[in-house]
Amino acid sequence: MTTVTMTTLRPRLRSVPKAAFLLAALGLTLGPVLWTVLTSLRPPDQALSGNDFSLSNLSFDSYRAVFEQVDMWLLIINSALVTGLIAVGQMISAGLAGYVFARVPFRGSNALFGVLLATMMVPMQVTIVPVFMLIRGMNLSDTLLALILPALPTAFGTFLMRQHFMTLPDELGEAASIDGASPLRTFFSIYAPLAAPGLAIVGILAFNFHWNEFFRPLIMTISEENFTLPLGLVSLQGNKGTGSVATVLAGVVLSMIPALLVFAFGQRTLREGLTTGSSR
Amino acid sequence: MTTTTPPAQHDSLPTVRQGTEDSRSHRQKRWLQILFLAPTVIGLALFTVVPIVASLLLAFFRWDVIGDPEFVGLDNFASLGSDPTLRVAFTNTVLFVVIAVVLQLAVALALAVMVMSKMPNWLRSFLRSALFFPLVLSASSVSIVMAYLFNQDFGLVNKVLNGIGVESVPWLTSDWAAPIVVVLVYVWQNFGFSFLLFLGGLAAIPRDVYEAAAIDGATGWRRFRQITLPLLSPTTLVASVMAIIAALQIFDQPYVLTRGGPGDSTRTVVMVIYENAFQQLNFGRASALGIVLTLVIMAVTAVQFRLSRRFVFYS
Repeated sequence: MTTVTMTTLRPRLRSVPKAAFLLAALGLTLGPVLWTVLTSLRPPDQALSGNDFSLSNLSFDSYRAVFEQVDMWLLIINSALVTGLIAVGQMISAGLAGYVFARVPFRGSNALFGVLLATMMVPMQVTIVPVFMLIRGMNLSDTLLALILPALPTAFGTFLMRQHFMTLPDELGEAASIDGASPLRTFFSIYAPLAAPGLAIVGILAFNFHWNEFFRPLIMTISEENFTLPLGLVSLQGNKGTGSVATVLAGVVLSMIPALLVFAFGQRTLREGLTTGSSR
Repeated sequence: MTTTTPPAQHDSLPTVRQGTEDSRSHRQKRWLQILFLAPTVIGLALFTVVPIVASLLLAFFRWDVIGDPEFVGLDNFASLGSDPTLRVAFTNTVLFVVIAVVLQLAVALALAVMVMSKMPNWLRSFLRSALFFPLVLSASSVSIVMAYLFNQDFGLVNKVLNGIGVESVPWLTSDWAAPIVVVLVYVWQNFGFSFLLFLGGLAAIPRDVYEAAAIDGATGWRRFRQITLPLLSPTTLVASVMAIIAALQIFDQPYVLTRGGPGDSTRTVVMVIYENAFQQLNFGRASALGIVLTLVIMAVTAVQFRLSRRFVFYS
C-alpha cells in the first residue's frame, strides 16, 4: 500500500470542529494534571484558592510541608514494598505457571487452565470478606503481608504468559532436549530468557494496578503505619482543617511520579497488556 | 481468548522408553509441572476459589466475626429487597453504569476516529498517549484533585462558571450535582481504555473497504455509519462488556469524592457491600449482596453476547 492511497483514504483532519474537539479533549485530559502540578508548587498558605497561575512565586514549601504533616517516607516505602513484591511475585508465579500450561501440558491441564480463567470473572467484592477472614486467621490482619500475599497469584498474568510461551517455536526446546538438556534446564536457559517481553507486561500491569490500589488497602489496613500512598493521601485530604490544598497536591504529585515513569518508559508495553485478551 | 490449544499430551505416551536417561527426564518433567504450577494453583485456590465457596456459604449465615455464625437461611437475600439504602444504591449504580458507559464509549469512539484521521505521525502518537494517560493514575488521587476542582467555594470549575456569568454550583454538596461529578470523574479517568480498544479495532479495518466506498462516492458521515460502525461492532461489543463490568464495581471515586453522600445520592452497590461488611460487621449480608452483584454481572454479559449475535457484524 502506497502513501498516496493512504492520503486519499484517510479523512483529513482539516475541519475546524474536529480540531477544536480534539483540542478540547486534550485540554480536559491534561488540564487537571497541569493544575495539580502548578498548585502543588505554591507555598502552602497561598494556595487556598488554588487558582493562581503566575509562575513568579513557585516554591517547594508544600513538598516540605507534606513530609512534616504525614510520614511520607513511610507511605512511599510501604507502597514501594507492597507494589514491588507483588510485581516480582506475579512475574515469577505467572511465568512458571504459564510455561507449564503452554509447553509442558499434562492430562487435565486444559481443564485446570479453564478453572483459572473462570476465576477472573468473579469480582473482588465477592471474595474480599472471606479473604479478610482468612488473613485474620493467619494472624496477618493489618500488616503489609495482608496486601501482598493474596495478590501474588494472578490468573490474568498466567493467561498472558501462556499466550506468550505459545508463540515461541517448539524447535528450541526439542533441540535442547536432543542435546541432553533436562526439562528444568530447557526452561531456564532457553525459554525463560525469551519470556522477558511477556514478563515485562505482567510486571508493569501489576505495578500500575497495585500502586494505585485503594479498595483492598482500605479494608486490610487499620494503623497508619501500614497505610500505602493512596490511603495516606486520602486521609491527609480528609483533615481539611489542617491540610492546605497545595500540601495535599504535593503528596498527590509525588505519588504520581512512579506511575508517570512507568507510563513514559513502558507505554507500549502497558498498552499491549491492557488490550490483550480483549481482541480475538 | 484461548486461541490455540497445546499439542496433545505427549508426556502420557512414552511408548518407547530408552533406559534410565529418558525416565529420569520424565520424572523431572513431572516435578517441574508440580513445582511451577504450585504458587499459582495453591495461591488462587486459597485466595480466590476457597473464598468464592466460603462467600456462597456465608451468605446463609448471620455473622459479626466476634460471635458464632448463626444459620439464617435466605434471610440475608430477603433483607436485601427491603433495604431502602440498598434500593437507592442499586438505582444509583444502574443509572451510573448506563450514563457513564454510554458517555465513555461515545467519547472514546469519537476521539479514536479523529486520532486515526490524517495527521502527522508525531501528532498522532502524542494524542494517543495524552488521551489514555489518565488511565495510569490512581482513582483516589484523581478523585482528590477533582474534589478540589469541583469545590463550591474555591474550585476552578465554579471560578470558570462565574467568569462566564453562571452562579456557583454546589457540585459535591447537592444531591443532584454530586452524582454528575462522580460520573464525569469516572469517565475522565476511564475513557482511555475504550479509546485504546477502538484504536485497535479501527486499525484492523481493511483499507480496501474504504477504497470501494470512495469509488461509490460515500464520504464523511455516511462512510462512518455504513462502514466504520458495522466493521467496528465486534470491538464495540468487547469495549461495552468490559466498560459495564468495570462500572458496576465503582467504589473509589464516590468514596473519596463524597463518601456516598449527600444523603445516599452517590452511594453505589459496592459501597453498600463495604459498609455492610466492614462498618456494620454484617458479613453474611455483605456476601449475599456480593453474590447478587456477581449474578448481575454474569447476566449482563450473557445478555450482551446474546444480543451481539443479532447486531455484531463479523467480516
